[in-house]
Amino acid sequence: MATSPNSENGVHTSRRDFLKVTALAGGGILLASYAEPLEAITRLGAGAPAADASLSAFIRLTADNIVTITAKNPEIGQGIKTMLPMLIAEELDVDWANVRIEQADFDPTKYPAQVAGGSTATPTNWIPQRRVGAAGRQMILAAAAKEWNVPVAELTTSKGVVSHKASGKTATYGALAATAATMPAPVLDTVPLKDPKNFTIIGTRKKTVNVKDILTGKPIFGLDVTVPGMHYATFVKSPVYAAKVKSANLDVIKQQPGVTHAFVVEGTNNLAGLKAGVAIVGKNWWMVQQARKKLVVEWAEHPTSQQSSAAFAAKAKEFFAAAPHRTIRADGDFDAAIKGAKKVIEAEYSYPFINHATLEPQNCTARMNADGTCEMWTTSQTPQGGRALVAQTLGLKEDQVVMHMMRAGGGFGRRLYNEPLAETAFIAREAKVPVKLIWTREDDMQHDQYRPGGFHKFTAGIDANGKLVAFRNHMATFGEGERFAPSADIGPGEYPARFVPNLKMDVSVMPLGVPTGALRAPRSNALSFAFQGFVDECAEAAGKDPLQFRIDMLKNEIPAAQPLTPQQQAGLMDAQRVIGILEMARDVSGWNKRSSLPKGTGMGVAFYFSHRGYFAEVVQATVSKAGEVKVDKVWAVGDVGSEIINPNHAEQQVQGAVLDAMGQAYGQEITFTGGKADQQNFSPATTASGSAANFPLLRIKQAPPAVEVHWKKTNFSPTGIGEPAMPPLIPALMGAIHQATGKRVRQLPLSKVDLKWV
Amino acid sequence: MPITLKVNGATRTVDVPADMPLLWVLRDELDLKGTKFGCGANRCGACTVHVNGVAQRTCTLPVSRAAGAEITTIEGLDPKGAHAVQQAWEELDVPQCGYCQAGQMMAAASLLAKTAKPTDTDIDTALNTNLCRCATYLRIRAAVHRAAEIKAGGAAMGSSSGKHEEEN
Repeated sequence: MATSPNSENGVHTSRRDFLKVTALAGGGILLASYAEPLEAITRLGAGAPAADASLSAFIRLTADNIVTITAKNPEIGQGIKTMLPMLIAEELDVDWANVRIEQADFDPTKYPAQVAGGSTATPTNWIPQRRVGAAGRQMILAAAAKEWNVPVAELTTSKGVVSHKASGKTATYGALAATAATMPAPVLDTVPLKDPKNFTIIGTRKKTVNVKDILTGKPIFGLDVTVPGMHYATFVKSPVYAAKVKSANLDVIKQQPGVTHAFVVEGTNNLAGLKAGVAIVGKNWWMVQQARKKLVVEWAEHPTSQQSSAAFAAKAKEFFAAAPHRTIRADGDFDAAIKGAKKVIEAEYSYPFINHATLEPQNCTARMNADGTCEMWTTSQTPQGGRALVAQTLGLKEDQVVMHMMRAGGGFGRRLYNEPLAETAFIAREAKVPVKLIWTREDDMQHDQYRPGGFHKFTAGIDANGKLVAFRNHMATFGEGERFAPSADIGPGEYPARFVPNLKMDVSVMPLGVPTGALRAPRSNALSFAFQGFVDECAEAAGKDPLQFRIDMLKNEIPAAQPLTPQQQAGLMDAQRVIGILEMARDVSGWNKRSSLPKGTGMGVAFYFSHRGYFAEVVQATVSKAGEVKVDKVWAVGDVGSEIINPNHAEQQVQGAVLDAMGQAYGQEITFTGGKADQQNFSPATTASGSAANFPLLRIKQAPPAVEVHWKKTNFSPTGIGEPAMPPLIPALMGAIHQATGKRVRQLPLSKVDLKWV
Repeated sequence: MPITLKVNGATRTVDVPADMPLLWVLRDELDLKGTKFGCGANRCGACTVHVNGVAQRTCTLPVSRAAGAEITTIEGLDPKGAHAVQQAWEELDVPQCGYCQAGQMMAAASLLAKTAKPTDTDIDTALNTNLCRCATYLRIRAAVHRAAEIKAGGAAMGSSSGKHEEEN
C-alpha cells in the first residue's frame, strides 16, 4: 500500500526538514530533526511556532546497542510516549527490546508542537519521526559500507544488526555508531521510508513504556513532585467566576497551625488565567485545608451571578421563537422545500455543561530560582501556552519560565488550560518559597473550563419518496456577536450539510460568564448527540432503516455552490469513508437482524467524523420496565487511515472513549445557580443519578461486558485516535433505547427523562 | 503528637495531628507517593491501601485510627511488581493514565485474598467504588481474572480471556 509522504489530510511538510548529527563520547551518535506543526496545533499552543532550527526527535545510539529515544509530547494516558518512539524505531530498524524512552522537558528551541490536543500527534509526526529513524539507518549503512568496503546496496538490516550476505559479515548498530557519526547526514526530505508491508514494529501491540512505574507506585505524576523546601498551597477563588475579593479574615488564617502565608491575589478577568482569590500556604497541605475551613471571604458583586442553567434554557426558548441572530449556511431554498414536503418533523435537543473531572486534580509545583527564572513541574497539555501565561502573569520573558513535563493523571482537554500554572507561579513568587498547589476535588468541580451546554431546534421535511429534502438547525449557544464562547461553536459543514438540497444552519448566542473549553472531541461530543439523534428521527419519519438511510444520503452529495479550495477540500468529511465504516459496523454487529431482538432490547447506530478520524458505532442496550438501562455490547468501527500504529493503545483509546461517553450520557451534568456550579464532588456509589450536588463517573458495574473494536484500513495517511471514537456513542445508545422503549431521548443526561442505569 | 505506624513491614513514627488522614501521612510525611488523592471524600478509591489486609480508603481515615495496624501501600504490595495482581495488570497493560490503578490493584488484591476465583459480578461488586476516569474497566475485569489464574499457579500465558500484550 503506497503512502504519500505529505499531502493527505491537510498535513503538509512544506519546510525542508533538517537532520543534525552529533558524535557522542564513548562511540555513540545523536540524531535530531524537527517536525512540521499543523495550524491547529499552533492555535492550541497559543504561541508562535518553534524556530526553524528546532529539533523534534532525538535518537541516542550507544556502543552497547541500546537506542534511547526522546518522547517529546505530554503523556496524559493516551500512550504517546510509546507511540512516537515506535515510528522512529521502525525506520531505524532496531529491536524494540533495546529501545529506552526518555520524556523530554518542554523546550521549544528543540521541539515544536509539544502538545496533547486535537488528536494531532499522529498526523503531524507520522512522516517526520519516521524520516529521522530512516536517516539514522542510512548513516549506519554508510558506516558499514565504509568499514567493510562493500556497496551499501548489498547490505541489509534487521533488529539493530547490519549484515553483508556475500561476506557473511555482521555488526550491531552500536559497534558502527562511532563511524556513523562521521558520515554525511542524508537529506531528510528524500530519505527513503520502508514499504509498510515490511513494518515490524508499527502495527504490533506494544505496552505502555513505563507501565511498571505505574504498577509499583513510582512518583511519576504531577501530584508526586517534591522540591526541597517546598510548601503547599491552596487557592480559594470566588464561586462566581472572576469575582474580586472585598475582604478576607487573613489575620485569623495566619494564626492557624501549619500556615506560613495567607494573602489576597488581585487576579485578572481572564477566565483561563489568574483569577482573584485567597492563597493559603503552609508546611502541610492537609493543615492548609484545615485553615481554609476557617476562611471567611466577602466577594465583590459580579454580573455572572445573574446567570443560571434555568435562565440559559429560558433564553434558548426565546431564541427559538424568534428569528436567528445569524445564518452560517444556507443551501437551496429551505422555506419553499418545507412547504412542499410531504412530512414535516420538528424536535428540540439539549445537553448540559459537563466537567472534565480528571482523576488527578489540577496541581502544579513552582520555584523561583536565584537567576530570576521560574521553574515549574506541570501536567499541562499545552506547555507552550502555559509558559506564555506564566510569563505574562509574572512579567517575565518566556524563556525565563522553565517547564518540566510530568505524567498527567488524565487530560481530556482540561489541561489545555493553564490557570493552575499561573496560580502556582504567582503564589510561589509572593510567598518566596517553592510551592506545590493542589486543587481540592471541590475546586476542580467548581472551577473547570466546562464543556458548554447547548440547545438545538431542528425542522426537517421528507418528500413522497422518503427523501430528506429540507433541514434546519437553529442552535442556541453562548458567545457575543460573531464570537462563540470557547467550544460552544458550530461550523457550516456539520452533517447533514452537503447531503440535503435545502438546508439552513442558524445560530443565536447568549452571553456567558462561566469558563468553557475543549473536552475530548470538543463540540463534536455534543453536536453528534443532537444531529445524529435527529437524523434518526428523520429516518423514522421516512420509514427507513436508520443505517441504510444514512448510507443512501451519503451516496447523494449535493455539489458545492462554489468550488472549494484544496484546503477546504482536505478538511471535508469523505462520504465514501463514512459509507465504508457504516457498512462494516452493519456487518460486524449483525445490525440487519435487529428486528428479532427480544422485547426491551434495541440496537442503535451513529457515525461521526472528527479530528480527521471516522467512527461508526452500534450499541445494543436493554431497558427494564423500571427504566434501568444496561448496555449489552458496543461495536466500534474506525477508519483512521492505513495503519494502526499501536493497536494495543488504539483499542484502549476507543474503548475508553466509548465508556467515557456512556458516563456522560448516564448522569453527568453541571448546573449553575446564581453564577455558581451546583456540583461539589463525585457521586457516592449509593446516590441515585440526578442528585444536584454530585457528579457521577462511570463505574465498573455499568461497563458493558464487551466493546468490540474493528479497523477499516484505508489508503490514507494515519490520523489520531484520542478523540474521534467518542462522538458516535451517545446517539447510538439513544437509538438503542428508542428501539427498546419507543422513547426518543432529546435531553441529556438520561436521568432527565426518567431513565437510569443499572 | 507522635504516632507509630507499621507501613510495608517497617515501623515508622510520625509527629502529626491525630486527625490528619492517613493518605497525607503516607504521601507527605513518609514520601510514599503511590497512594493517590482524588476526592478527599471516600468517593473515588484512588487512596485505597490495605489495613490488616483489607482494602481501606485513607483520604478520610484519621492516622490515629491506623496506629498499630499493618498498613500495606502499593509500594509494599510487591516492590518488584511481582504480586499476581501487578503481573496481570502488566500482562494486559491495563493502565491508560494510570492514576487510579494503585487503588484498583489494592482493591483487587483484597478481593483475591478472600475470593480465589471471583466471577464478573464479584469483581464488579468489589471494585464498584474505585473510579477510573479513563474507563479501563474492561481490562481491569480481565486482569482480575488473570491475577486469579496466576495466583492459582497458572503462570503460562494465553489461557485467560483477555488479550495479552507483547513481552517488551
